[in-house]
Amino acid sequence: MAVVENNGKGRRWSPLSSPAVILTFKTLGSIIVTMLGLAFITFVIGRVMPIDPVLSIVGEQASKSTYDDAYAALGLDKPIIVQFFIYIWDVMHGDFGTSLLTARPVVDDLIRRFPATLELATLGTIMGVTLGVPLGVLAAVNKGSWFDQIARVVALVGYSMPIFWLGLMGLLVFYGILGWVGGPGRVDIFYADIVPSVTGMILLDSMLDGNWDVFWNAMSHIILPATILGYYSLAYISRMTRSFMLEQMSAEYITTARVKGLPERTVIWGHAFKNILVQLITVIALSYANLLEGSVLTEIIFSWPGIGSYITTALLSADMNAVLGGTIVVGLVFVLLNIFSDLLYRVFDPRAK
Amino acid sequence: MKPIRNIMAGVVMGFAASMVAMPVVAETPANMLVIANRIDDITTLDPAESFEFAGSDVSRNVYGKLVNFDPLDLGAGYGPDLAESWTVSDDGKTITFTMRDGVKFHSGNPVRAEDAAWSLQRAVILNKTPSFILTQFGFTAENAMDMIKAEGNTVSITTDKRYATSFVLNCLTSTIGGIVDKEVAMANEADGDMGNIWLKTNTAGSGAYSLVNWKPNESVTLQSNPDFYLGAPAMERVVVRHVQESSTQRLMLERGDIDVARNLNPDDVAGIAGADGVEVDSALRGRLMYISLNQKHPELSKPKVIEAVKYLVDYEGMQNSFLKGQYVIHQNFLPATYLGAVEENPFTLNIEKAKALLAEAGVEGLEIEVGVREAQERIEIAQSLQNTFGQAGIKLNITVGTAKQILGRYRARELDMYMGAWGPDYPDPHTNAGTFAYNPDNSDEAGATGLLAWRNAWDTGGLTAKVAAAVEEGDRDVRSKMYADIQSEFRDIAPFAILYQKIEQTGRAASVANLDLGGAITAVSYWKVTK
Amino acid sequence: MMETNMQKQTLRDWLLTDTPTSRRHARYAAAYSGWLTLKSNTMAMVGLGILLLLLFMAAFAPLLAPMDPFVQNLGGRLQPIGADGHILGTDSLGRDLLSRVIYGSRITLYIVTLVALIAPIVGLLVGTVAGYTGGIVDAVLMRITDIFLAFPRLVLALAFVAALGAGIENAVLAISLTAWPPYARIARAETLTIRNSDYIAAVKLQGAGAMRIITKHIWPLCISSLIVRVTLDMAGVILAAAGLGFLGLGAQPPSPEWGAMISEGRKFILDHWWVATVPGLAIFTVSLGFNLLGDGLRDVLDPKEGGHS
Repeated sequence: MAVVENNGKGRRWSPLSSPAVILTFKTLGSIIVTMLGLAFITFVIGRVMPIDPVLSIVGEQASKSTYDDAYAALGLDKPIIVQFFIYIWDVMHGDFGTSLLTARPVVDDLIRRFPATLELATLGTIMGVTLGVPLGVLAAVNKGSWFDQIARVVALVGYSMPIFWLGLMGLLVFYGILGWVGGPGRVDIFYADIVPSVTGMILLDSMLDGNWDVFWNAMSHIILPATILGYYSLAYISRMTRSFMLEQMSAEYITTARVKGLPERTVIWGHAFKNILVQLITVIALSYANLLEGSVLTEIIFSWPGIGSYITTALLSADMNAVLGGTIVVGLVFVLLNIFSDLLYRVFDPRAK
Repeated sequence: MKPIRNIMAGVVMGFAASMVAMPVVAETPANMLVIANRIDDITTLDPAESFEFAGSDVSRNVYGKLVNFDPLDLGAGYGPDLAESWTVSDDGKTITFTMRDGVKFHSGNPVRAEDAAWSLQRAVILNKTPSFILTQFGFTAENAMDMIKAEGNTVSITTDKRYATSFVLNCLTSTIGGIVDKEVAMANEADGDMGNIWLKTNTAGSGAYSLVNWKPNESVTLQSNPDFYLGAPAMERVVVRHVQESSTQRLMLERGDIDVARNLNPDDVAGIAGADGVEVDSALRGRLMYISLNQKHPELSKPKVIEAVKYLVDYEGMQNSFLKGQYVIHQNFLPATYLGAVEENPFTLNIEKAKALLAEAGVEGLEIEVGVREAQERIEIAQSLQNTFGQAGIKLNITVGTAKQILGRYRARELDMYMGAWGPDYPDPHTNAGTFAYNPDNSDEAGATGLLAWRNAWDTGGLTAKVAAAVEEGDRDVRSKMYADIQSEFRDIAPFAILYQKIEQTGRAASVANLDLGGAITAVSYWKVTK
Repeated sequence: MMETNMQKQTLRDWLLTDTPTSRRHARYAAAYSGWLTLKSNTMAMVGLGILLLLLFMAAFAPLLAPMDPFVQNLGGRLQPIGADGHILGTDSLGRDLLSRVIYGSRITLYIVTLVALIAPIVGLLVGTVAGYTGGIVDAVLMRITDIFLAFPRLVLALAFVAALGAGIENAVLAISLTAWPPYARIARAETLTIRNSDYIAAVKLQGAGAMRIITKHIWPLCISSLIVRVTLDMAGVILAAAGLGFLGLGAQPPSPEWGAMISEGRKFILDHWWVATVPGLAIFTVSLGFNLLGDGLRDVLDPKEGGHS
C-alpha cells in the first residue's frame, strides 16, 4: 500500500502509486521510447539510403512512367516525418505494411520467418547451457588444471572462429562427405507443410501432432546449424560461468562451509552455484539475444528461412517495411530480454540500485 | 489442404528416410521433379507484372499463350498454343487469332477469346514494368479496349503501324502474353486492380501446372494439371528450392536430394564431371555480358579511346579460366540463335595497339570508376579488366554494390563505366537493337532509363533510324541483313564492348530427360520432363 | 638496455619496491608488477605474441610477402598449397594467397585500430557525462544508448554500410557505431560508483569544475576496465568486419581483406578448400590472440577476477 500526500487534503492511498505499478509503468515507458527510437532510426536510414526501393519492384528495365506510378504508390513523395507517423499509426493497428519483395503483408512474413530463427536460437542456447554451465563450473573448481586449460581453449576457439567458415566446413564434412545430417533447409521437401503449423517451430509442431517422422527429419536438418550456434553460446556461457564461480569460490562463506565439513559437492552446487544463478540467467538471456540477432550468416549458409536473412535481403533492396518489421520484432525481443535481466537483478541483488 | 496423395508419398518416404543415425541418402520420388535454383528475384507471379528470370520460369509452365514455343523444338520458332490459327489483314496492322476449342483453365472455366483479350488489355492498363512490350505497338490505357477486341471465338489486335508479323508474335510469347482466367481474377479483385494483388501470389492459368504455393526465398511448388490439353505431364509435382550457394547445390545433387542444380559455377561443374548418375547440360542463353562507357566523360567519348578499350579485354583468358563453360566470347548485341545474329568477333587482347590508340587520342593518366553488381563472376571480370587496363596506363577503380545500388547510379548516368549483363525481354532482335542502338532523345530530361544507349548518353550516331526501319521490315531475310549491318557498324562506333554470351550449365540426375531451359529465347519448360 | 649487473638490480628493485617515493614511481611500480603478472600467464603471452606478429606482418608486408598480392595469373589459378612456389597456393585469379594474407593484415590492423579508438572514446564520453551529470541528460543519453543496444548489431552495421556505400572506411564507421554502447554503459557504471566517493568530494571542495573532475579524475579510473573490454571486443570486431567483407560490403576488390577472401573462396570450397580456409585461419588466429591477451589483461587489471592479489 502506498501513501501519498495530496495538497493538504489529507493522506490518500492510491493503488496507482504502489512501487510495483510505478515500476511497470516506467518499464513500459522505457520500452516504448526505445522501440520508437529504434523505428525512427531505421526509418531514416531507409529513406536516406541510396538504394532505390522502387527499382526493386519495377526492375531495371522499366520505363519512366511505370517507375513514377510505383513511386507514388509507395507514398515516397511525402516528407519523411509524415511518412514516419503514418507508419507508426499503421503499426499500432497491427499493419506493418506490405513487403516489396515478397508481395505479402510483412506480418505474414514475420509469422513465417521469426519462428525459424527462434527455433534455431533456442536449440543453440539449450546446447550452450547444458554443456557450457557444467564446463564452466568444473573449470572453476579445478582451476589451473589441464581440464581448466582445455575448457578455456575450447571456449576461446569458439569465440574466435568466423562462423560462416565453420558453417561451410561443417556442411561440407557432415552433410557432403559423411551424410550424417540433413542438408540445407528446415525439412526435406516431402515433409514440408505436413504438420499443421501451430507455433511455426517444426520441432514443436511435429511433437504436438505426434508425427515423429517429420520430427526426426527436421531434427536432422537443424542439428548442424544449431550445434554451430550452440558452440558460440557454449563458449560465452562457460567462460562467464567460470568467472562467476571463481568469484564465489574465493569468498569467505565457502571457506566456512568447507571448514564446517560439508561435502564438496554441496559446497559447489548447493552454495556457490546457487549464488551465481541470477548473474548466470542474465548472461544466458544475453547470449540468447545474441544468437537471435547474430544468426544472419548461419541462415545464409544453411538456407535457413529465418528473420536474419529476411532483414538482410530486405535491407539490400531497400524494402523498408520488411526491415522495419523485422528490426522491431528482434529489437523488441532484445529489449524484453534486457529488461528481464534487469528485473532479476533488481529483485535478487539489493546491491545493484 | 494437402492432397492425400502427397501425404501418402510423404509417409512412405518418411519411413524410408526416418533413420537419422544412418547416412541420410534421400532420393526424390519418381513423379516429382526437385530443382535447386536461386529464386530470390521473384517479386510477383502476375504475368502482367512479372519480369524476373525465376518468375518467368514459373509463368511459362502455368500460363498458356496465344502463340508459344515447343520445348522440344525451339528452333522452329513460335507455333499455335491457345490460338489455333491466325490471319493478318492486308494493311498489316491487324492480326486476328482463332481460339482453340475445348481448352480449360485450372478452375474448370473454358478458355475464351474474352479471357485472351482481357489479359492483354489488363497488361496495357496496369502499366507495370513489362507493359512496354505491348505498348510499343501503340496500345494505351485509353485505346486498349478498342485495339484489342474479342468477337465470338476470335481475338484481334490492331497495331498503330505496320510491323513485321514475326515481331508482334514473338512479343506475344513473352511472359506478359500469358492468358489469365478472367472470372477467377475478377472474383479476387480489390480496388479496381484487375486482380493484380491476388495474382501476385496466386495463379489462374491454363498451362501444364498450377501453383501450390510460393514461399519467398524458400520454394515454389507446382502441381500438374491432369487436363492439360497437350496431355498430362509426367512430373506430377515440381518443387523449386531456393539454395544460394553453388557448392551447396552440388552437394545436394550428389546426395540425390535434388534432381537438377541450376546455379553451378564452373569449378563445381568440373567437380561433378564423371560422377555417377549425374550429367551436365550446356545450353546457350540470351544473357550478354558487356561493358559500356559513359559518353558524358570527356576522355571516354573520344573514338580512339572507345576503340582502345575494346582491345583491353582479355577475352580468351577469362573464357578459358574462371568463366570456363559458362560464357562464350560474343561481341555483338544479338545473342546467337536470334534472327539476324552474326558471328564476327574481331576483338582480342592487344595492349600495344590500345596504348598506341590512347597516345593518338592524347590520353594520359586516365582514372575511371567502374560500377559492378555484387556477383562473383562480375567481380572477377572487373578485376581482370583492372589488370589489363592498368597495363595500358588506365587506372580502373572498382565499385561493387548491390544490384539496386549500382543500377540506380547507372540509370542516373553517374558511372564512368558499367560492367554488367543484359537479358532480352522477348525473342525478337528488336529487344536488344531497341536498347543498345536506339536513342531518339539523348537529353537528360528524356529520362529514358530503359534504354542502354541513353544510360550511357550515346546518341547512337544514326543507328536509331536504322533500328526503327528494321522493326517494320516484313521480309524476314531483308530484316536479318539489316540487323547484320547495324551490328557491324555498332562494333566500330558504339561505346559498348560486348564480351560474352551466357551458357547455362545445369547439373542433372542422369535419369531426368527432356528438361529444356528455353535456350536464348524463353524460360524453362517442365511438361515434357521424364525421369 | 645494457646495464651492469649492479644497475640492473637497482632498477628492478626500484620497480618492485613496496614503498614508492613519488606518484610516478608508484605508477611505474604498478605497471611493472602488472607486467610480471601478465608474463606469468602463458596463454596471455601467446596472445601477445600473435598480436606482435600481426604488427610485424603489417609493418613489413612489402618485405615479407614473396609476391605481389595483386598480380593475376589466370593460367595458374587455384593452385594447391606448395605448388609452383606458392607456399599457400593461389586464389581464383591466380594471386598468391600468402602474399594476400600478409597484406591483408594491414587492413585488419587498420580496422582494429580505428574501432579501438572510436568506439571506446565515444562510449567514454557519453557514459561519463551521463553518469556524472545525472538527471535528464543522463536519461536522454541512456535512452539513446539503449536504442543502439537494442539494434541487431549486424543489421545496424549493414544498414550503415548500405546507406553510406560499401568500402572499408564506412565499414569501420558502421562497426564503431554499433560497438560504442557497451562502453558507455561501463563508463557510466564506473562513474556512478566513483562520483559519490569522498575522494571526489574532496576534489570538488578544492574547487575543481565538472570538466576537470571528469577528465582528470574519473576517466583514468575507467580506463582499465575499458582496456580489458576493448581487447576482448576486438575479436568480435574482426569477425564483424570479416562478416561484412563476406557479404561484399567491406573492403572493395582487389583489396585482400580476409573476410572478402573467404567470400571469394567459398565457391571453391569443395575441391579447393584452401582458398577459403587460409584467410579463415588468419582471422581465427588474430581473434584468438586478442581473446588470450584480453583474458590475461583482465586478470591483471581487474583484481576481482582470477584471484591474483
